[in-house]
Amino acid sequence: MPENLARRPRAEDLETTWTPTHTEAVQFVTADGDLTDLGRRYDVDPDLARGLYRDMARARRLDSEALALQRQGELGLWLQSWGQEAAQVGSMRALSDDDWVFPSYREHAAAMVRGVKTVELLTQWRGATHAGWDPADYRFHFYSLVLGTQTLHATGFAMGCLLDGGAHVVATYFGDGAASQGDVNEAFNWAAAQSLPVLFICQNNQWAISTPTGIQYGAPVHQRAAGFGLRTFCVDGNDALAVHAVTRAAAGLVRSGEGPALIEAVTYRMAGHSTSDDPTRYRDQSELDAWAPKDPLRRLRIVLERLGTPGEFFSELDAELDRLAVEIRDACRAIPAPDLDEAFTYAYAGPHPLVDGERAARARYLETTAAGA
Amino acid sequence: MTTSTEPSTLTLGKALNAGLRRAMADDDKVVLLGEDIGALGGVFRITDGLQKEFGPERVVDAPLAESAIVGSAIGLALRGYRPVCEIQFDGFVYPAFDQVVSQLAKMRARSAGRIKLPVVIRIPVGGGIGAVEHHSESNETYFAHTAGLRVVSCASPDDAYRMIRAAISSDDPVIFYEPKRRYWDKGEVSLDAEPASLDRARVRRTGTDVTLVAHGPTVKTAAAAAEAAAEDGFSVGVVDLRTLAPLDVTTLRRCAESTGRMVVVHEASTFLGIGAEVAAAITEQCFYALKAPVLRVGAYHLPYPPAKVEDEFLPDVDRVIHAIDTVLSY
Repeated sequence: MPENLARRPRAEDLETTWTPTHTEAVQFVTADGDLTDLGRRYDVDPDLARGLYRDMARARRLDSEALALQRQGELGLWLQSWGQEAAQVGSMRALSDDDWVFPSYREHAAAMVRGVKTVELLTQWRGATHAGWDPADYRFHFYSLVLGTQTLHATGFAMGCLLDGGAHVVATYFGDGAASQGDVNEAFNWAAAQSLPVLFICQNNQWAISTPTGIQYGAPVHQRAAGFGLRTFCVDGNDALAVHAVTRAAAGLVRSGEGPALIEAVTYRMAGHSTSDDPTRYRDQSELDAWAPKDPLRRLRIVLERLGTPGEFFSELDAELDRLAVEIRDACRAIPAPDLDEAFTYAYAGPHPLVDGERAARARYLETTAAGA
Repeated sequence: MTTSTEPSTLTLGKALNAGLRRAMADDDKVVLLGEDIGALGGVFRITDGLQKEFGPERVVDAPLAESAIVGSAIGLALRGYRPVCEIQFDGFVYPAFDQVVSQLAKMRARSAGRIKLPVVIRIPVGGGIGAVEHHSESNETYFAHTAGLRVVSCASPDDAYRMIRAAISSDDPVIFYEPKRRYWDKGEVSLDAEPASLDRARVRRTGTDVTLVAHGPTVKTAAAAAEAAAEDGFSVGVVDLRTLAPLDVTTLRRCAESTGRMVVVHEASTFLGIGAEVAAAITEQCFYALKAPVLRVGAYHLPYPPAKVEDEFLPDVDRVIHAIDTVLSY
């Protein structure tokens, strides 16, 4: 072998630029409801804990009512947020009311925190509209069903916020599956390159329909995002207090002009992907059994009880949830059917000869067939 | 592998499954790529059981990234494989648009024919299943308009079985549309049948007064309209285009010369839809045979509406009959 070839370095002689390592998720409360060292260090704000618990309980009730409504044929489809309430509620409660939010499609708990009405959340899944609310009413954009697209919308919205001046946070939710899309990686890159005030919140619920994280990616999202230049955090997504604390810290960085940040909230999709899905085809019951005790409501309830929260808090909440359930069922059934004719007025900003002509032709056709019937 | 001289009764979805299984058994270069196609068998179960039979190396659960699926299929094809991609829903194909239009469609021509890319992209298409936004689109024109791609659309179980095998055998890239609201329709399938031709339409019903031209999900709609017209004493034929690019103009011309009245029915918008090309081709080639203008029945120039009103949006039997009445009135 020529001498110069023998002198070439072996891989182990070179310093690796960056090696992903295992990251321990930030946790304040264990699955058993015990405070961790971190949790004890920052102590528990009882009002905050009660508020988070109430938000999560309301979201879970919506979820179970909506599931029942779908099974009764009142909704075409429902995607459960069951198990992910802490990741959503904890992060939303840490944002300012002025911050804008760009969700994916499973963020029912997050939407409820912003005041989006439960009926507005149901109407899309009933097939009555493609967007159940006016984003400007809640500074909460409507759902994006094509995965990851909303992360670029958040990026552009953040550019606009910078141009407008002032301190902002634009938060965007997505999942472990969506993070494989080009759009999400492009959003990471551009937000970092321009130091934009975007807070990326990845709910890693371990499953993209039937695809587990083990074959979705080679390194978790917070490690990949770090490579793009984002400040990243990993948190126990079923620990509402930890999610809240981490989000407040991350949002603070973003708001102060430090550039984008990402939070990966490690959680679990307890239900199927949607009511059309059959998760028994691809995941074992043992996995559900392992995650069930990590339930976000259960552990925060233990914390609250140990704080000496009076029983009335829980009984009043139960009564509130029962009223919410009645309200949801009644409102869902009362959602008016849309009128296709109206769709012709929404497609363009002003008169459009093609669309207007088709609308008129349709009206004539309907008259003809009504007359013939 | 099941072989039988007796036809089997299969749903369109099961026929596709059988066609894929047969193609994979016949050629070990055939590999499947897509989201949730392994253990789940795809959201419509078209690949049900195939990963178990052929292994996760040949039935690959992809990351959630359509551009990755098509772009990687191109790489596999360059290496000598015959990838079959599943796009989960019609409205999810757009992230892969660049790979399809700028790469897949053009590489053969760029290489002066030295490179072939035998890639099939299966897309469940159309509405009528009460789905949410982006799950009911008819986007065939985008691809049919792109030189270098073959675009086909199956309408029945027997064609599904024969056409998927033909698509996989083709050395051209093929966009393969599957009518999702017809996945559960049953029909007889001969498992011994040869792969179908990829450039021939199929006359499903002969008629002497009017010819209906349809493809995919609207073939059934057209057949029902023809049946209803027959009760009123009119002889209405139905042509299933099967291939959208190239169009089988020979068959269309023969029908136009026989009836002189044509109505094209598809779920996509009529504006710049396949029907526009059919109408133009017929008008150019058999103007003097026509007794009425070629009419189109399709979607309005609107985004696909919410499920509650999709029945009013989709071309139905009544709208097709109305068009039949109109062409007969000339």
